Amino acid sequence: MKTRLLSFALTVAVGMTTLLSGQAVAADTIKVGVLHSLSGTMAISETTLKDTMLMLIDEQNKKGGLLGKKLEAVVVDPASDWPLFAEKARELITKDKVAAVFGCWTSVSRKSVLPVFEELNSLLFYPVQYEGEESSRNVFYTGAAPNQQAIPAVDYLMKDMGVKRWVLAGTDYVYPRTTNKILAAYLKAKGVADKDIMINYTPFGHSDWQSIVAEIKKFGNAGKKTAVVSTINGDANVPFYKELGNQGITADTIPVVAFSVGEEELSGIDTKPLVGHLAAWNYFMSVESETNDNFIEAWHTFIKNDKRVTNDPMEAHFIGFNMWIKAVEKAGTTDAAAVQEAIIGVTVPNLSGGYSAMMPNHHITKPVLIGEIQDDGQFEVVWQTPGMVAGDAWSDYLPGSKDLLSDWRTPLACGNFNVKIGKCSAK
Amino acid sequence: MTLFQALKTDRGGMITLTIIALATVVVPVCNLLVPESNPFHVSTFTMALLGKYLCYGLLAIGVDLVWGYLGILSLGHGAFFALGGYGMGMYLMRQIGSRGVYGNPLLPDFMVFLNWQQLPWFWHGFQWFWFAMLMVILVPALLAFVFGWFAFRSRVTGVYLSIMTQALTYALLLAFYRNEMGFGGNNGLTDFKDILGFSLQADTTRAGLFIASGVALMFGYLSCLYITRSRLGRVCTAIRDQEDRVRFIGYRVENVKLWIFTFSAVLAGIAGALYVPQVGIINPNEFSPLASIEMVVWVAVGGRATLYGAVAGALLVNYAKSYLTVAMPDAWLFALGALFVLVTLFLPRGVTGLLRKKEVA
Amino acid sequence: MTIRFYLTRAWLPLLFLLLSVPPAIAVSGPAAEQQLQQGLARLVHGNFQEKEAAITQIATSSDPKAKEILEALLAGKIYRLKKDNTLVYTARKGAKADIIGVLSGNALGTVKKRAIKKITINNRLRGKLRGQLALIDLHSSDPKQRLAAVNKLIKTLDPASAITLETLLQTEKNTKVREALLTARAIIGLRTDSGERRLQALENLQGNLNPAVKNELTSLIAAEKDKTVRLKAVATLSSIESEIAFYALLEKIFFGLSLGSVLVLAAIGLAITFGVIGVINMAHGELIMLGAYTTYVIQQFMPNSIGLALFLAIPAAFIVSALVGILIERTVIRFLYGRPLETLLATFGISLILQQSVRTIFSPLNRSVSTPAWMSGSLQLNPVLSLTTNRMTILIFALLVFAGLYITLKKSSIGLQVRAVAQNRSMARAMGVKAARVDALTFGLGSGIAGIAGVALSQLTNVGPNLGQSYIIDSFMVVVFGGVGNLWGTLVGGLTLGVANKFLEPWTGAVLAKILILVFIILFIQKRPQGLFPQKGRAGA
Repeated sequence: MKTRLLSFALTVAVGMTTLLSGQAVAADTIKVGVLHSLSGTMAISETTLKDTMLMLIDEQNKKGGLLGKKLEAVVVDPASDWPLFAEKARELITKDKVAAVFGCWTSVSRKSVLPVFEELNSLLFYPVQYEGEESSRNVFYTGAAPNQQAIPAVDYLMKDMGVKRWVLAGTDYVYPRTTNKILAAYLKAKGVADKDIMINYTPFGHSDWQSIVAEIKKFGNAGKKTAVVSTINGDANVPFYKELGNQGITADTIPVVAFSVGEEELSGIDTKPLVGHLAAWNYFMSVESETNDNFIEAWHTFIKNDKRVTNDPMEAHFIGFNMWIKAVEKAGTTDAAAVQEAIIGVTVPNLSGGYSAMMPNHHITKPVLIGEIQDDGQFEVVWQTPGMVAGDAWSDYLPGSKDLLSDWRTPLACGNFNVKIGKCSAK
Repeated sequence: MTLFQALKTDRGGMITLTIIALATVVVPVCNLLVPESNPFHVSTFTMALLGKYLCYGLLAIGVDLVWGYLGILSLGHGAFFALGGYGMGMYLMRQIGSRGVYGNPLLPDFMVFLNWQQLPWFWHGFQWFWFAMLMVILVPALLAFVFGWFAFRSRVTGVYLSIMTQALTYALLLAFYRNEMGFGGNNGLTDFKDILGFSLQADTTRAGLFIASGVALMFGYLSCLYITRSRLGRVCTAIRDQEDRVRFIGYRVENVKLWIFTFSAVLAGIAGALYVPQVGIINPNEFSPLASIEMVVWVAVGGRATLYGAVAGALLVNYAKSYLTVAMPDAWLFALGALFVLVTLFLPRGVTGLLRKKEVA
Repeated sequence: MTIRFYLTRAWLPLLFLLLSVPPAIAVSGPAAEQQLQQGLARLVHGNFQEKEAAITQIATSSDPKAKEILEALLAGKIYRLKKDNTLVYTARKGAKADIIGVLSGNALGTVKKRAIKKITINNRLRGKLRGQLALIDLHSSDPKQRLAAVNKLIKTLDPASAITLETLLQTEKNTKVREALLTARAIIGLRTDSGERRLQALENLQGNLNPAVKNELTSLIAAEKDKTVRLKAVATLSSIESEIAFYALLEKIFFGLSLGSVLVLAAIGLAITFGVIGVINMAHGELIMLGAYTTYVIQQFMPNSIGLALFLAIPAAFIVSALVGILIERTVIRFLYGRPLETLLATFGISLILQQSVRTIFSPLNRSVSTPAWMSGSLQLNPVLSLTTNRMTILIFALLVFAGLYITLKKSSIGLQVRAVAQNRSMARAMGVKAARVDALTFGLGSGIAGIAGVALSQLTNVGPNLGQSYIIDSFMVVVFGGVGNLWGTLVGGLTLGVANKFLEPWTGAVLAKILILVFIILFIQKRPQGLFPQKGRAGA
């Protein structure tokens, strides 16, 4: 009796599983993974990107889906926990069998999932500005590399505002460290003396800026036009700008150009004392173009709140998603290897009115915009590069990486080809 | 009392150990030998997840040993765990060799792009597995020993000690965030390739790591069981309940505390070392005070002063975390918070305490 | 020398240009208005260069309206009507806006926000506007404005300024403004060819702390050929520098005290709950956070009187946090007395719940709390030493809170009961003190003070769900370092740690300074487990 019951139970169980898997085939959707933290410290920034992806997928489905199938978003929460990112990435790829993943914000989360994507050969679209020095076969970097943000911003300050002395202030992690290394090398190449560069690092969430701002003030009192290049991260910005204002440093005495402060960050700050300080991005919500107007309208309808802002990483997802769609259509399949080949050279409209293309090094072309903070929390574009700037995976200003080249097209197919010794270092 | 006798008195432990031993054998077999189409196949993902839980289990035993049996609430065990992890991480980093993106045979990638010219002194030796393993044990032990030597000698106890351990892990968190330290700053160590020549991406290696974690957990369990059931263990419990009286009887309380605390740190270090190759990254977040407090909660939920309770708590809370962060991301913190309050208020003996009560009744 | 000569030559045409301005100023009435109109017409263009020219034109028109217009432009209040490019002043009212003609000064009614477009300016124009306004301000009737204008002028001195300075000096009565003018004159003196005059100028600049003077002296020393002048310049500079170093020290102490006052505020509530009734409250940080959010909510209710809102927030935050604190005490902590480690875990759970609640109610984004005007800016004691007003306010506020709490505990009957229960619970109960009630009140008091700290912190940093977390460890350190159960210990401990941190920071950087302080406290506690000022309490040790 007992054995019969057991075998019956087993048959039912096996039957259920086949039924379930059968259903999955019958539904016949293409799954897209969304890997953004919905809780923990990074939820502030990443939740918006999850919503952006849901909106983009929704719109694509309204247009008839992809390859005759509907798209289906699979959302998971890595909870701002870096090892969890790798775990959830593996889950998305092996359990949910997603065709591509859109996600990550911090460098460390990207570094954490990178081996997983390479091992399982899947695709990741990474939408945030980052420090460069990476080019993976499986990752597409739709945010800015340092040469698409930092260097043009410094050029603008040097040429248009006549800045002679530089404060490079950042939070102590990889992105500011690398960016400042690149900038210091770049400035020195432009003839700026060592004593005219001040570099300062602070911990995450630093809140007591008195001495540092006093030091910046002293540094700026030396008679030459001074600017602060800020790679200060997230929460530390509010007390930083407050202290600047209180110690009487305004945008016309010592302007601050920031690389991590966008519309979303400003929505939590009283921007009146900040008016005139700058930020460098590849997109601002205030950009005037038809695609942007449509995007903002679609966003407001989707999120059901017309006070919500749009920002640069959202644009990066917009571009990355459309590139993936186009590449899949071109390849006729969602197979990772085929898409990798098809996506290079794909060109899609960006939100600032131009077209962005996927380069062989898996970075994209983008315009660089400099905006001034306005009292309504928006940016006013004051300068922009005449054309598109192609993202550079390996900086020309770092001794370790200036000989490296990345080209994922077939003959070379290498992310870090050393030109000097003519060899691909990895693998 | 021999170990065997000790085990006979610990029914929960017998059950736990049997389950772990079974899992250690069955899971890798179901992963490697059972084809994927079979419903009994265990995916690599699940195996990695379970392997992680096993490491947490070992860590929980370490926390329970000092908290449940010695009455020291350590809010800094994450530090020992992370140090062990960093030890393993450094070995794995050195194993990458010239396969890094810059092709530098000596320096890890993060040092190359931050323009480091040579390997810092404390990275030497980590190319050898035996050296790295030695460090995995020695570094947490040394830290625990030095900290304990100062703290127990000056009779810092109770809440003070908890806060000091928290300060310790917080200071280390800040220190490891600093890029100048030479441990990769916020990004930590990642992109590992292989261990002892076996590729970390191969399922067989993962199975091997899983087995190692299971064995380590069983070994840790048995050694803690042995300690707690020995004379030393009874002195510990006495210290927990009436420290002064034990001192007056003539025991050197600080020495007992010191050795147990150090041993517990070693367990945490080993857990960290096994954890890192399975999750593929070690970074300063493991030092965060929050992580250490979570460890204490595993033990509290499972039931302190029972070793199997600690293991059960670690598995239970982490499974809930894995599940809730997918099902209801917003609810996770509420659930965790409520767990803290409810367990301390209504389940001072944890979940396993409930079972034991039933047994008695 | 040659460089200086070259400069003089280069400035000559400008000198004429400037000299020719006064007649233009003399233009009055219709001519001035015409120039103003022309300028305004050019302002409508989107092009920044055109706008720059327009600003000059408006500034030099000497029309009485010019200043008002430029100030409004700087403040971003000038818009143009999209239909006919009329420039209007705008006061926004939701989706609509009241407009007033810039030229006519007549109210033109209310229009939709879409119908108008702001005249935007960039940093360059902002600088230009400030410069032009400063020139106008040189003749202002308010001595403060005149002083600011002169200080602005000192940064961009040229030989031509000499004439302006002389005319101003003749009429200036205010001593501070006179001083600034004399400094400016002496700086120009340093640039003359006559060694005699340079020596004289150096004499006048003795002990002058204006940063422009220091820069001028440094460049003078580098180029000076005349030995006596150079020696004198070196001596002057070194005396100035040592004075600056002295003020830098004062500044550092102020920074330290201010950081310390924040620590004291954050810790003092904890000192009560932890020290007096022996309870580890890990949710203390979240009670601070609640105070900050209370400030935010009150400001949302009265957006037009931020300063008043801030004052109202102090009692409101106290009440909110105190009530939450009492709730926590009644529902959780009272069951855990005598089990401090369990209290620690339970309150930690509460802190997670409070955090997540705030995240759910207010969104995970930071909220912006505005600072009233009287709390922004700084008090300029001399050119190298200024104390920021908000920090000073908070320093004084912290001391007031401390004094209030101290008096409450020492002089009021509640305070007496609290101390009695802390010292000997059973004895106090025997004397008729309701210990349970006192526990709840003490906990409420400590929590309320945390709420008040939140009001102060909302003026310094982010108001977000993580606000409390970042202060909890620091607060514990202060309490433990100062000595549990001793308010004086908390005060002295907090201020000491603040000052020590600020003295370490320039050497080691902010991160290492914090680590060193932590390590120091850990070691200190090993040496003196009772902290700086040990006192008996129920926490014992």
